[in-house]
Amino acid sequence: MERFAYANPSTLKEAVGLLSSRWGETAILAGGTDLLSLMKNYVAAPKRLVSIKNIAELRGINSDTDGIRIGALTTLQELLDDESIRRDFPALAHAAEGVASMQLRNMGTVGGDLCQRPRCWYFRSGFGLLAQDEQGRSLVTEGDNRYHAILGNRGPAYFVHPSSLAPALIALDARVSIFGPKGENSMLLKDFFQTPQSANERETVLQTDEIVTRITIPSFLRGWPNATYEIRPKEALDWPLATASVLLQLEGDAVAHAHVVLGHVAPIPWNAESASQWLVGQRINEQTAAKAGMEAVRDARPLSGNGYKVKLASVAVKRALLAAVQGGA
Amino acid sequence: MADYQWPQADDRSLIGKRISRLDGPIKSSGRATYTYDVQRPGLLFGKLVLSPHAHARIVSIDTSSAERMPGVQAVDVIRDAGQEVLWVGQEILAVAAETDEQARDAARAVKITYEKLPHLVSDVEPAQAGDRAEEEAEQVTGDPDAGFREADATIEGRYGSSVITHCCLESHGQVAEWEGDNLTVWASTQNVTGLVGQYAEGLQIPAGNVRIITPMMGGGFGSKFQADTWGLSCARLSKQAGRPVKMMLERDQELLVAGARPSIHARVRAGAKRDGTLTAWSSQAWGTGGITSRGSVNLPYIFQIPNRRSSYVRVSTNIGPARAWRAPRHPQMCLITMAALEDLAAELGMDALDFFLKNVGIMGARAQTYRQELLKGAELMEWKKKWHPRGDQTSGPNKRGLGLALHTWGGGGHQSNCNCTIHPDGSVEVSLASQDLGTGTRTVIAIVAAETFGLPLDAVKVNIGDSRYPPSGPSGGSTTVGGVSSSTRRAATSALNELLAKVAPSLGVEPGQLEAVDGRIQVIGDSSKSIAWKQACAKLGTTPITASGRRSRDLISSGVGGIQMAEVSVDIETGVVKMEKMVAVQDCGLVIDVKTAESQVHGACIMGVTYALYEEKLMDEATGLCLNPDMEFYKLAGIGDIGEIEVHMMTGPGYDDRGVIGLGEPPVISPGAAISNAVANAIGVRVPTLPLTPEKVLAALEKKGGAA
Ligand SMILES: Cc1cc2nc3c(=O)[nH]c(=O)nc-3n(C[C@H](O)[C@H](O)[C@H](O)COP(=O)(O)OP(=O)(O)OC[C@H]3O[C@@H](n4cnc5c(N)ncnc54)[C@H](O)[C@@H]3O)c2cc1C
Repeated sequence: MERFAYANPSTLKEAVGLLSSRWGETAILAGGTDLLSLMKNYVAAPKRLVSIKNIAELRGINSDTDGIRIGALTTLQELLDDESIRRDFPALAHAAEGVASMQLRNMGTVGGDLCQRPRCWYFRSGFGLLAQDEQGRSLVTEGDNRYHAILGNRGPAYFVHPSSLAPALIALDARVSIFGPKGENSMLLKDFFQTPQSANERETVLQTDEIVTRITIPSFLRGWPNATYEIRPKEALDWPLATASVLLQLEGDAVAHAHVVLGHVAPIPWNAESASQWLVGQRINEQTAAKAGMEAVRDARPLSGNGYKVKLASVAVKRALLAAVQGGA
Repeated sequence: MADYQWPQADDRSLIGKRISRLDGPIKSSGRATYTYDVQRPGLLFGKLVLSPHAHARIVSIDTSSAERMPGVQAVDVIRDAGQEVLWVGQEILAVAAETDEQARDAARAVKITYEKLPHLVSDVEPAQAGDRAEEEAEQVTGDPDAGFREADATIEGRYGSSVITHCCLESHGQVAEWEGDNLTVWASTQNVTGLVGQYAEGLQIPAGNVRIITPMMGGGFGSKFQADTWGLSCARLSKQAGRPVKMMLERDQELLVAGARPSIHARVRAGAKRDGTLTAWSSQAWGTGGITSRGSVNLPYIFQIPNRRSSYVRVSTNIGPARAWRAPRHPQMCLITMAALEDLAAELGMDALDFFLKNVGIMGARAQTYRQELLKGAELMEWKKKWHPRGDQTSGPNKRGLGLALHTWGGGGHQSNCNCTIHPDGSVEVSLASQDLGTGTRTVIAIVAAETFGLPLDAVKVNIGDSRYPPSGPSGGSTTVGGVSSSTRRAATSALNELLAKVAPSLGVEPGQLEAVDGRIQVIGDSSKSIAWKQACAKLGTTPITASGRRSRDLISSGVGGIQMAEVSVDIETGVVKMEKMVAVQDCGLVIDVKTAESQVHGACIMGVTYALYEEKLMDEATGLCLNPDMEFYKLAGIGDIGEIEVHMMTGPGYDDRGVIGLGEPPVISPGAAISNAVANAIGVRVPTLPLTPEKVLAALEKKGGAA
């Protein structure tokens, strides 16, 4: 990696003051499980690393009547070990559990998981986020895109968003709080992600000098069935091919409200709105769950080598729905 | 006089028992010193600069700014301006610096310009390969056309397996250190003795000046027989700097250049009579293993089908060169053959086990071994209870299936020399320049020596992994165990006989009436007339006994057979294959240590599961790059992916009396074929190529309408 300066502030204000307003000059360091590998591969070469590990207010999981607040520095393992999250939000616990190995869960943080960079192999080989050759042609559409996007892939971005927590948190209507030079604000997590339209844009709306401070899940969702289903070719140290996270509000047996979000299929966590709408009024069983799965991928436009992911995404939705009504996954 | 022949079953105290490997505790507690761990005073770190292009001409190399980087002590240009590079990762130069990081920075500071040339990196069919396709002469036996006319059923199929790498967990590399004109290299190698000559020739120094040391090995699998470009470069860097240099490949370099197993693809026709008798085979095969890959493909594998025709086309591509990969070519030949034959059995409506048993007669020299092993395997797998015709018809998305395959290998012992010393204080040493690749060689040597002396295992000191000891062959072709066990047995027996001669007078008998058992020297069959080992050795005064022994053909043999059965479950909605169970039945003649032998088979099955389900070197035609030179997308099985493995070693009469035969390679041959067959049995359709990824499983299912 390139040389860098290291800062270790203990307040958010200090930290923000140390962050540059230009991409690439500085970087926030949480668990480092992603950032350090990017630096070792020279894909990222910040001049200054700003560690946020000493900022106490970014730690811990607290709840009150409004919501369950998860500090950005909460590790994936802490999330998994939290009894109330396991009980009330299996969609989230299961997504955290899927990030295997133990080392990744012990070091990786919730903020880092949401802000981690895509695993697109062209991006990681140094061809930029949009993975274009010198003539501006997409290496992805021309090349090996077996793990790339099937939805939201009209270009120029074809990578898939790597976070497995994001789809679960979005399904749970989570909000994200952000601290920047102008203080703190918050937004729905679903609005945090964006599909970059040019090389100057990123996968999130976060500015270079802003820090994710916490995630809040609304309290009233406790008791609503929810689940995540991940399709993984192997058990550990691997990425899912597709995931689905679902949240249901049931009236009797019938769905009053549904939220279906797909992971690892698009440059952003993918809100499968038509599936969510279609589910309203349905009773969840094999047939309706399968139908919702088909609905969720209706707009999919696979690339040359990833057609199989369409089927996987729809199966993930089906299985997540069935898991949700059977009491979580 | 003690006889050097292997003791009979009743007389063995250690051979054929289950003994834990001697280096287990230091390895599992991190105390074992691998090449990677070697530290020397003043050690520098070397780093290679590799070609970023799949095919290019080097226009210019400017090392001046690298030379000015902090800590840089030496630069060694391997390939100069004007020369071509033929794959991504081909070595261009190396630098050495005070720290690993400085070396890396310096390597990045080297300025090289290239003129790009056209490349081919994809695993294409010969028709798309133009003049890169090189055809071998067609092989014909019998009358294939008549054979097909005789057949009641024929199948046509397309089968294959991708290029994979060796992915040694300890990457290739070495530490080189000069003392005057003498060079010592700590190398991660399968070839301690052989490397001496390679370094001597490569550096133009006398072989007597070179010493190779390999304390422990972190995996070679056939990819570590050479000094390699980086080894010679490391020695030159060290010479230039006047300090020791360590240069180990980085993970991406390891995956790019340090070994690949050629791909195989084939279109096959095979025919059999209604009762399963095979009548005809025809195959057109092709594959690539880089720019040049030697070795040919003999199809069909094992089954000597009376009428057969086969051809092979070698395609040359701009990928890192092939190296021998554990049982070179056999896993590929096994896959093509066993998959086609299993398809044929399914076509005939026969259980593959019955079909294979029906054709035992054409399985060559090991036919009866295969029969016994198939029956044993069937018992362990509960084959007859679990087997169903193609396509598991039970409800739910998870479909179970069974598959089997068989394999053969040579495994005759290599040249090996051993020195054995009995010290007057009773301690015993055996020394040979062999290497323990992690297979248990050290343990096997100790067992043979201790058995010969009637001593406990820990009474023997084993010295290996140093070219100063008597020469041994490279550990390739599963030849180590035969070589070292027979040379050790001969050396130890000779040493013992000298001792017996010294002791005999004091017991008032002829040396020929003595034996060494239970820590004593005694009159054969009469423990009342004996002397303790230590006291016996004390009679040596101040002069130890040393005796040497060589590989002895009458203690070893060659040629093994093994069968494997796989049970899988396949989720037909996601295409994910899960290993449930592997049964491996294997012969290797006289087994010296049942435990380490079984663990060889376990390791092979794990490696087999990995290449069957996950491994693939992915090349990108547009950029010429390898897309997965990492452990993230170059996927290896983890412990949860492997399932249950049950190993049965064939031993006893008919096996033991053949003598010692190698085992490292044979059990890695069958897994791909057995697992592919199990998947076909589960889902009712062949997934044509390995690895059996969800994508390919779903594509195969889709062709037949999605159901099993
Ligand atoms: C083999 C492998 C498999 C994996 N599988 C999965 C998987 O299946 N699903 C999954 O979701 N993840 C997976 N991961 C990724 C892992 O979860 C992430 O690396 C980890 O969560 C990142 O957290 P971190 O704290 O280490 O982030 P860091 O590496 O410290 O940071 C990552 C990025 O986020 C930024 N950042 C960190 N915290 C903040 C913050 N509070 N505010 C603003 N920006 C911030 C950093 O600047 C950096 O750009 C896998 C990783 C590997 C290596």
